[in-house]
Amino acid sequence: MMMIPLNITKTIHDWLYSVMPENAASITEMLLIAIAYLALFAVAGLYLVLLERKVAAWFQLRLGPNRVGPFGLFQTMADALKLLSKELTSTDKTDKFLYNLAPFFVITTSLIALSVFPFSKQFQAFDINIGVFFLIAVSSIGVIGILIGGWSSNNKYAMIGAMRSGVQTISYELSVGLSIITMVLLTGTLQLSEIIEIQRTGGWLIWQGHIPAIIAFMIFMIAGTAETNRAPFDLVEAESELGAGFHTEYSGMKFAYFFLAEFINMFIIASIAVVLFFGGWLSPFGITEGITWFPEVLWFLIKVLIIIFLMMWFRWTFPRLRIDQLLTLEWKYLLPINLVNLVVMAIIIWLNLTF
Amino acid sequence: MSYFSDIYNGIKTLLTGMSVTGKYFIHARKGSLTQQYPDNRETLKMFDRFRGEVVMPHDENNEHRCTGCQKCEIACPNGTIEIIWDRGIDEETGKKKKKIDKHIYHLGMCTMCGLCIEACPTDAIVWAQNYENSVYDRTKLSKVLNQPGSKVKAGIED
Ligand code: SF4
Ligand code: SF4
Repeated sequence: MMMIPLNITKTIHDWLYSVMPENAASITEMLLIAIAYLALFAVAGLYLVLLERKVAAWFQLRLGPNRVGPFGLFQTMADALKLLSKELTSTDKTDKFLYNLAPFFVITTSLIALSVFPFSKQFQAFDINIGVFFLIAVSSIGVIGILIGGWSSNNKYAMIGAMRSGVQTISYELSVGLSIITMVLLTGTLQLSEIIEIQRTGGWLIWQGHIPAIIAFMIFMIAGTAETNRAPFDLVEAESELGAGFHTEYSGMKFAYFFLAEFINMFIIASIAVVLFFGGWLSPFGITEGITWFPEVLWFLIKVLIIIFLMMWFRWTFPRLRIDQLLTLEWKYLLPINLVNLVVMAIIIWLNLTF
Repeated sequence: MSYFSDIYNGIKTLLTGMSVTGKYFIHARKGSLTQQYPDNRETLKMFDRFRGEVVMPHDENNEHRCTGCQKCEIACPNGTIEIIWDRGIDEETGKKKKKIDKHIYHLGMCTMCGLCIEACPTDAIVWAQNYENSVYDRTKLSKVLNQPGSKVKAGIED
């Protein structure tokens, strides 16, 4: 059996191997970590929803949820419980199999993508040597969930929403991929933990690659926001036009999966940005470099939250794009700029102009 | 060449928008518009232009300004106002004169359009700012606006 290097918890690992045969221990360990990740990110997703609602309120001079628990801290928990207890309805003419499959498709793909992130030196489930490639590949699968969800609902609004999602994701995948490749040119490796090691000595990649890296970051943020189907790119669920878009016919926990997946996807995009541009779990200017007890996860989280805040800022500022504007932005602006940027980055590395 | 100026202008306008919302975000804690209603019931005061219900103010002598001209009744698109009037003898001149018996206002039918208040030539009816108008029985929503025993203020018609 193939051994996958799971290096989160050394002690549990050793203990499991001492009480069980090797294969069983390996499988148990993977299961444990999967459950831990599931629980962790379900809760994290719920708190992201809360954060979004609070931030949205503050942008609109409101207070936001503040009734359930202190400062409304349990609001989204209560919402999740409510959704859990709700009946799972569906219409008569849905394609039952695909209809039930779609939410799991969406949520599992976003959870799979989470497994490769190095949240700190030890806190990484799966240090694969093609990490970046794996991320690009996995993040494209989620759209299939949306597509089959919209198709199987047998509802024209859901269908239009899903088709828009297809158009949007396929277009913007290019920009996400190309801006990531621009950064990979600089690192010379696809392994996420190694990308961070490179930044330990030379400074964060956005500093090492200066101008093309900043352009790549801007493009990545725009395309990443589009990937997660958030405003201003939320044509997929444009409430004023399509009801709720592709998840119009979903209720209860299945709806919650779509909802949670959106927020976990946002977390993923922010994490990719942090790893590729802002040094992952490395502290700024190495200020906590020597302190061994300092949880490096904290730096990762702070950076991710700043980027998520930026995405929320986008959402609550910009109006929704029309579908032709969406495609113009991608194919006429982002893509050419990205290609030129890639060449510029290559030239800069060739001439040794990086910091 | 407009390609690059488009990009420049695009980024500029996006940043302008973000700075506007950013300012709101920073001031959100102080300038929040939310009223935490049942909690601040004692202190909550509605703004002047709020339309709670139509009332008829009376002065200390229990006198109102309504002459019974029925313009409000005609102006109301919903038939919310009903005026029961009578002819009485005016003490000063000894002539017969129209005066109101009951100025009935059905709050349940009112859309708060304000046309009656616009129409009234003597400003006898005004907006009140109360907002807790729910009752358990809809007959309670029909109100007589003139107080019992009240009469029209002298000299209003001139
Ligand atoms: S506010 Fe409008 S609806 Fe209400 S009583 Fe006056 S005219 Fe009628
Ligand atoms: S309230 Fe005004 S408009 Fe209505 S009957 Fe009295 S005076 Fe006339």
